Amino acid sequence: MKEKSKKFVKLFLSTFQLSACTFGGGFVIIPLMRKKFVEELHWIEEQEMLDFTAIAQSSPGAIAVNASILVGYRVAGFPGALLTVLGTVLPPLLIISVISLFYAAFRDNVFVNMAMTGMLAGVAAVICDVVITMGKGIVKQKRVLPLAVLLLSFVAVRFLDVNIILVILICGVIGALDTILRGRKAKGEEK
Amino acid sequence: MILLELFWSFFQIGLFSIGGGYAAMPLIQNQVVDIHPWLTMTQFADIMTIAEMTPGPIAINAATFVGIRVGGIPGALVATFGCILPSCIIVMTLAYIYFRFRNLSVVQGVLAGLRPAVIAMIASAGISLVILSFYGERTLPNDLTTIQWIPVVIFAVGFVVLRIWKTNPIYIMAGAGAAGILLYSLF
Repeated sequence: MKEKSKKFVKLFLSTFQLSACTFGGGFVIIPLMRKKFVEELHWIEEQEMLDFTAIAQSSPGAIAVNASILVGYRVAGFPGALLTVLGTVLPPLLIISVISLFYAAFRDNVFVNMAMTGMLAGVAAVICDVVITMGKGIVKQKRVLPLAVLLLSFVAVRFLDVNIILVILICGVIGALDTILRGRKAKGEEK
Repeated sequence: MILLELFWSFFQIGLFSIGGGYAAMPLIQNQVVDIHPWLTMTQFADIMTIAEMTPGPIAINAATFVGIRVGGIPGALVATFGCILPSCIIVMTLAYIYFRFRNLSVVQGVLAGLRPAVIAMIASAGISLVILSFYGERTLPNDLTTIQWIPVVIFAVGFVVLRIWKTNPIYIMAGAGAAGILLYSLF
């Protein structure tokens, strides 16, 4: 029993620590998790971590939250998943709560305002960089369908004000149909 | 009532932001700026900036920030809970299917089909941020010459540095903040 509660504490503290140190969000947490849970604690196999990454990326929501659910579930079942989710969510929840308390006073400060204006340009540059890197991946596939989906959804969202949830649903269905059709085609060729 | 609205908005953000990273950004903008009058575009840009500077997923950061502003601490908790609930349900289900059948090809196909659309949406939200940064307004003004050159310079330098050296964004943010203080103090 003592052994078990020790594991729970360790699980919670590990995810808390990882989440508190993951800046920028997204994929960054995966290699950190691998180091902690595969290399250091040996709670998870290398191959499993790769599978978890695929599932975390294929599921809706933040990758960090998804990956921590999988790690927690694998190590200590449902209670483990609850603990790791809590550990992942608490750091940003606490930090942003504190920031938002001071936000009004903070934002009126002349220097903060200057820094924020500069940082907005910085964020814009980071996002443009991300879009170009991701877009290159699509262009490299050399397939018409993904490119058409990209262009059409851009026009729909940017210029036609189509609801983005609708766009996501339609593109998800297109992706599923495309995979099924291509799977059949590949099977047909094998025969 | 407001708590319910917060929960529902962030539940949708959690449910439909697929692909991680910045995928949540256009959905957050849609829910908290366009559909609900919870944040102005400038406040939205602020929270994106703060999210970039602080640890944790963008959606959780936004949920906490918007939740506190709209409904205090309970608001923050409800919004964050709404945001992670879809993940909890879906990831558990997928994990179950995965360990049972070891096959996720259709799920991955859906993801592959979504990726171009997600990129398009991030691009669109990114353009809104660029316009806000360069012109201080949400939409392009009629007179394009009112562009502010300090953000343009910071943007251009940041972009070139990112493309060439693949720098960690946190350094770009710190540099951009410092450059903002320096340039606005000087000019």
